[in-house]
Amino acid sequence: MAAVGLALLVAALVLVVSGADPLVAFGNIWEYGSRLETVIESFNRATPLYLSGIAFAIAMRMNLFQIGVEGQYILAAFFAAYVGAGVGSLFPPLHIAIILLTAMIVGAAWAGLAGWMKVTRNVHEVISTIMLNAIAVSGLVSFLLGRWKIESESLDTRLGDIATTGWFPSLNPIVELATREIKRVELTGFILVAALVGVAYHLIINRSRLGYDLRATGANPWAAEASGVPPKRTIVLAMLLSGAVAGLVGMADLLGDQHFYSLRFPQGLGFAGIAVALLGRNHAVGAAVAAVAFGWLERASGVLEVRGDAPREIVTIMVAVIILFAVIAYALAQRRRRIEAAAAASAQVESAGGAGEADT
Amino acid sequence: MSVAVRLKGITKRFPGVLANDRIDLVVEAGEIHAICGENGAGKSTLMKILYGMQAPDEGSIEVLDQERTFSSPREAIDVGIGMVHQHFMLADNLTVIENVILGAEPSKGALIDFATARSRLRELGEAYGLALDLDDAVGTLEVGERQRIEIIKILYRGARILILDEPTAVLVPQEVEELFRNLRELKTEGHTIIFIDHKLDEVLEIADTITVLRQGRSVARVKPEDVTAQDLAELMVGSELPTPETREATITDRTAVEVKGISVVDEAGVTRLRDVGFSVQCGEIVGVAGVEGNGQGELVEAILGIIPVSEGSIHLHGDDVTGWSVRQRREAGMGYIPEDRHRRGLLLPAPVWENSILGHQTRRRFLSSRVWIDDEASRDHASNVVERFDVRTPGVHTPVHALSGGNQQKLVVGRELAIECNPLIAAHPTRGIDVGSQAAVWEDLRRARAEGLGLLLISADLEELIGLSDTLLVMLRGEIVARLDPARVTPRELGAYMTGAAA
Repeated sequence: MAAVGLALLVAALVLVVSGADPLVAFGNIWEYGSRLETVIESFNRATPLYLSGIAFAIAMRMNLFQIGVEGQYILAAFFAAYVGAGVGSLFPPLHIAIILLTAMIVGAAWAGLAGWMKVTRNVHEVISTIMLNAIAVSGLVSFLLGRWKIESESLDTRLGDIATTGWFPSLNPIVELATREIKRVELTGFILVAALVGVAYHLIINRSRLGYDLRATGANPWAAEASGVPPKRTIVLAMLLSGAVAGLVGMADLLGDQHFYSLRFPQGLGFAGIAVALLGRNHAVGAAVAAVAFGWLERASGVLEVRGDAPREIVTIMVAVIILFAVIAYALAQRRRRIEAAAAASAQVESAGGAGEADT
Repeated sequence: MSVAVRLKGITKRFPGVLANDRIDLVVEAGEIHAICGENGAGKSTLMKILYGMQAPDEGSIEVLDQERTFSSPREAIDVGIGMVHQHFMLADNLTVIENVILGAEPSKGALIDFATARSRLRELGEAYGLALDLDDAVGTLEVGERQRIEIIKILYRGARILILDEPTAVLVPQEVEELFRNLRELKTEGHTIIFIDHKLDEVLEIADTITVLRQGRSVARVKPEDVTAQDLAELMVGSELPTPETREATITDRTAVEVKGISVVDEAGVTRLRDVGFSVQCGEIVGVAGVEGNGQGELVEAILGIIPVSEGSIHLHGDDVTGWSVRQRREAGMGYIPEDRHRRGLLLPAPVWENSILGHQTRRRFLSSRVWIDDEASRDHASNVVERFDVRTPGVHTPVHALSGGNQQKLVVGRELAIECNPLIAAHPTRGIDVGSQAAVWEDLRRARAEGLGLLLISADLEELIGLSDTLLVMLRGEIVARLDPARVTPRELGAYMTGAAA
């Protein structure tokens, strides 16, 4: 709570320095942010952020610093858009399945490449994924986009449209049942897919044999190896899973909003996902909260720019400050919990009888 | 004689527990003072209080006749108290000199003044006979040398009162002698040494005064010349103790594990094991003696399947498993107690229950289906291990890093024994645990052996080896140099084989 207060204080300072009245600005953010449309936009933004966070978290749970989500999702979205447009009109579930599968396979392959380099050539995943990001975004996608682009009236370089059978339905009708008529925006149905991925992530990582092996390797690779976890296979598997989820990151925009790939396709979601995973402590629910918070802050604070309270840069700084404080607060809380656990255990050890049960 | 440290009525409570109960401790200046007690007797808490890591709830601390209250180790260091922890706190990829000055670097402008540091360290080294090559990377050094670095580190910071937390737990006999020589040297230079240990022979050899703690209280303050090891043990535990002896033979004709002429060559091309062969029958304990670093580690890792053999074969219950993965061997029943529990045996941030199935996570009894781990069965198993092997922990959800070293070891040993592995490859199974628990582990190993366990026992504790083994092998430079009958060998003879003095 203190962190939120401090964050607001610093944010206010930033606003004062930039010449805006913080109270008016905060009032505007709140007023705009609590509108149904803004909330929906926040969820739309949170959906890909969450998937990106989970993709990063999967690898992070076994101590792989997979920063290649960026390249994986863009490459995956590009190929998925190409295939999706190329197949024409199909039975809708089939069409969507083909697009999603393409995206997941491309994402997994691209991430798997980094995993393969790690186990065969001992290339650190940070290096390989950075390189693969560059190759994917500036290399492959730019090159192929140039060759596969279609002629259009707009100035945008783009691939062809995906037929309507490959569109993901919006959830507006359902939301409207509970609330009111929604203008301009549509709540992406893909949020359900993201939720499903979150549940699967939680179950697989925390409850399954595979997840146990993965976490064991993350906690102590030497002990995991001695326990029978095949180290190389587990690394490749973690990268494949992570890449498959990364492949889904761009799908909310592709299937729910744009329906084609172009130079203006959203970028940067892969890196934002790292912050989501870190803030959410690689936890399924934590990452969801973080993704929604990010989405909301970003959308709601945009009003400052629109109303001329503060320039875009100031808004960016403010959001960053708030995130920074949240991270620090979380780290401190974590540290305190750790110290308390150690104290409780050492107390137990020092006790003479010592077989009492107390969960920590 | 003046008093270096006087603790009066130290009491420390943790939620619901009394860790230290009005402990009095008087350490005279210039003596080696041993503090003995079982795991959980309150030794570590007491030392943490003296070193400023924890604050006492009651009682007073006097250092050199001045009453002190420390709120952090830094304040304790300032009045000349230094502590060497059980687990070393060194950075592996820095050199010796960098490690020693880390956090207390002499500076010349913005740069570190290595020349001054070097000459000061050389002086220290010469004064106390602590020879070290200052430019070696710490990661390449033996355990004994690392310990010397820790000692030099605190001397460099001006410590006059040294606290050593179970310094011999990680050392082989030769290194222990070396350490004791260093400690005596320090004593003649006027340093005061507080020495935590539960190996009684060592305590009797080195200490000038011994304080025994039991269940958070100081129960005795004795001079070594007035007591025997047996007396001390009984003071610590409060009852009589068994010895590690196994007598009646339980060997069967079923072979648990057989190693046929294996050799291991490491990545640098150096031969680490040469033509090693032996078998362990069900119901047999085969002991492997040897100075640390003579191929025992490689032998264990080769049998487990972590490192490949370049020649020879390994057989498990009659099957040739040379090409099998670690997991396949584990599933075929192989159990493992690693020499370094932190490196190979535990997931420190993970809870006790997850650690209690580590190495056996693919066993049917811990799975509810092919895919899912059966949390409930695993937790039941963990509670069972905790109870049967007296692992002191607040619960099965506590992260293992919060447990003391002895309790971590009991968890590792208990895990393998409760799961009924066969064969069991055990390296130093009683390292770092107190006499009471040690006796319990011996008893458990003996019982498992009677039930048909084939145990390969690697140990630095010669009495343990001689007492438990049915057959004794001695390793030197990667080869088996002797096969001895434990019933007819003395620790002295064994030592001679280990160092190559007897052939």
